[in-house]
Amino acid sequence: MSIDLKTVKHISKLARISIDDEKANKLKGDLNNIFEFIEKLNELNTDNVQALTSIAETTLRFRKDEIKSENIREKILKNSPEENKDFFVVPKVVE
Amino acid sequence: MSDITSQSLFELTSNIKEKKLSSGEITKAFIDRAEKSKKLNVYVTDNFEKAIDQSKKFDSNPNFDLKLPGIPIAVKDLFCTNGVRTTAGSKILNNFVPTYESTVTQNLWSQGAILLGKLNCDEFAMGSSNETSFFGNVQNPVGENLVPGGSSGGSSAAVAANLTPVTIGTDTGGSIRQPASFTGTVGLKPTYGSCSRYGIVAFASSLDQAGPMTKNVRDCSMLLEVISSFDQKDSTSIDYKRNNYSKELSKDIKGKKIGIPKEYRVDNMPDEIEQLWKNGISYAKDCGAEIIDISLPHTNYALPTYYIVAPAEASSNLARYDGVKYGFRSPGQNLIEMYEKTRSEGFGDEVKRRIMIGTYVLSSGYYDAYYLKAQKVRQLIKKDFDDAFSKVDAILTPSTPSSAFKIGEKTNNPVSMYLNDIFTVPINLAGLPGISIPAGKDKNNYPLGLQVIGKPFDEQNILNISYALEDKINFKNDISDWWLSE
Repeated sequence: MSIDLKTVKHISKLARISIDDEKANKLKGDLNNIFEFIEKLNELNTDNVQALTSIAETTLRFRKDEIKSENIREKILKNSPEENKDFFVVPKVVE
Repeated sequence: MSDITSQSLFELTSNIKEKKLSSGEITKAFIDRAEKSKKLNVYVTDNFEKAIDQSKKFDSNPNFDLKLPGIPIAVKDLFCTNGVRTTAGSKILNNFVPTYESTVTQNLWSQGAILLGKLNCDEFAMGSSNETSFFGNVQNPVGENLVPGGSSGGSSAAVAANLTPVTIGTDTGGSIRQPASFTGTVGLKPTYGSCSRYGIVAFASSLDQAGPMTKNVRDCSMLLEVISSFDQKDSTSIDYKRNNYSKELSKDIKGKKIGIPKEYRVDNMPDEIEQLWKNGISYAKDCGAEIIDISLPHTNYALPTYYIVAPAEASSNLARYDGVKYGFRSPGQNLIEMYEKTRSEGFGDEVKRRIMIGTYVLSSGYYDAYYLKAQKVRQLIKKDFDDAFSKVDAILTPSTPSSAFKIGEKTNNPVSMYLNDIFTVPINLAGLPGISIPAGKDKNNYPLGLQVIGKPFDEQNILNISYALEDKINFKNDISDWWLSE
């Protein structure tokens, strides 16, 4: 199986990463090499194998639902690319 | 007394406790050396001024009961440090200043350690040579224009070059053990669930673990003892009784059963590595261990499995970098365009490649063929180890299929880069503890490592085996300080 240019562009759309044609072509080559290597798994019959979903065999714990206020709003907003007092700013979404 | 920066953690803590050295003297010595070592490019962000202040504060009111009393330590730039920039080696986090502290680094400071700075690494820990970092490649102190391994390449180089007494790295597929092997240092990846992942920039959450990187096995046991803890803030942290690893460290490995897996002999593996392995086996015998041949039949499937599971998890984890709440943003006409440009300009090529692989294997129509298949093979790989550990107490293998390579040598071929982790990846997939110790050199005089793999939560056992082997191997890392400037 090989990955064509159209698929590369579709994945990049899903991944929200814009790529130009040159990059897309380069990625097509890389991805095909990597998937060729990954296809090795098809040698194995795994019909009766249970998927491993968690390596640490624990159940999720409950904790008390407590308010832990640290008053770090200002500090957090400081990390935002565009600052506007109490909000994160993004390009206009609703026309 | 030997030069301050060449002392082990054990020596430094003893000298502080016996008041032969102050925290201020030690901290200054490491900073002075760092100022002359810029060529290695180990630091992304230094914390030198604050470190000096903190060392003075320690000296004016010292607490010698702590396990890391006034010891300056630099850490991989993947650990969030409160108020100190944390980049994960990426442009997209270039200006990110966390408002919280990772549990593992908090454990260091709670035992008296002082943050020296943040060490270079592959972008989001994706790489085996530290060449994917936005902040440039790191030089291996072993030789000019050699890679220090990766992703914890700044960390391995800093320990080998005496720029920090010890450090902590993270290991998702070999990122602690492979760089340790390339630099003649010791690196341990603990059992999954041993060290908290809280506050570590996430790469592949079912594989990531933090661990110590040190000059020797004793230091490694001392550091593991500090960083390993149960943490409510990490839902996969496991509540079990941890050993006093350094106290219980012992060279007595008589009667221990050590397995030698025949599948860890790969094509084109240099003879020196085969020889190194044989030497390790005979040293283990000398120490009274029993050597048992074992088989891990699915070893060859570990890397392909890893390159589905890790990118799948990474593509989900890295979805958060959208340019909205923190990090780099590239402006766009609308929200979607802003996301796409931000991620296109903010991530480097390797990270984009892995996000693309992950997105593909999780996408509609391919999930069963790739992701589910990989999870099933992961089960088989884990079962291999379960079976082996019913017969043996530990497993001995080479750490890497080669010694350190030249900068630029493998950057054009992702698959050849991935093959570096062939001996380390299975251990992450199975969630086991593994340690790499320096065990010899190749014909170029570059270090080579041996890996000891243990049962889950059996870090004490692999530390003890390593401690015994280290004594027999008697490795000397002759590093010439070629990079020092005046």
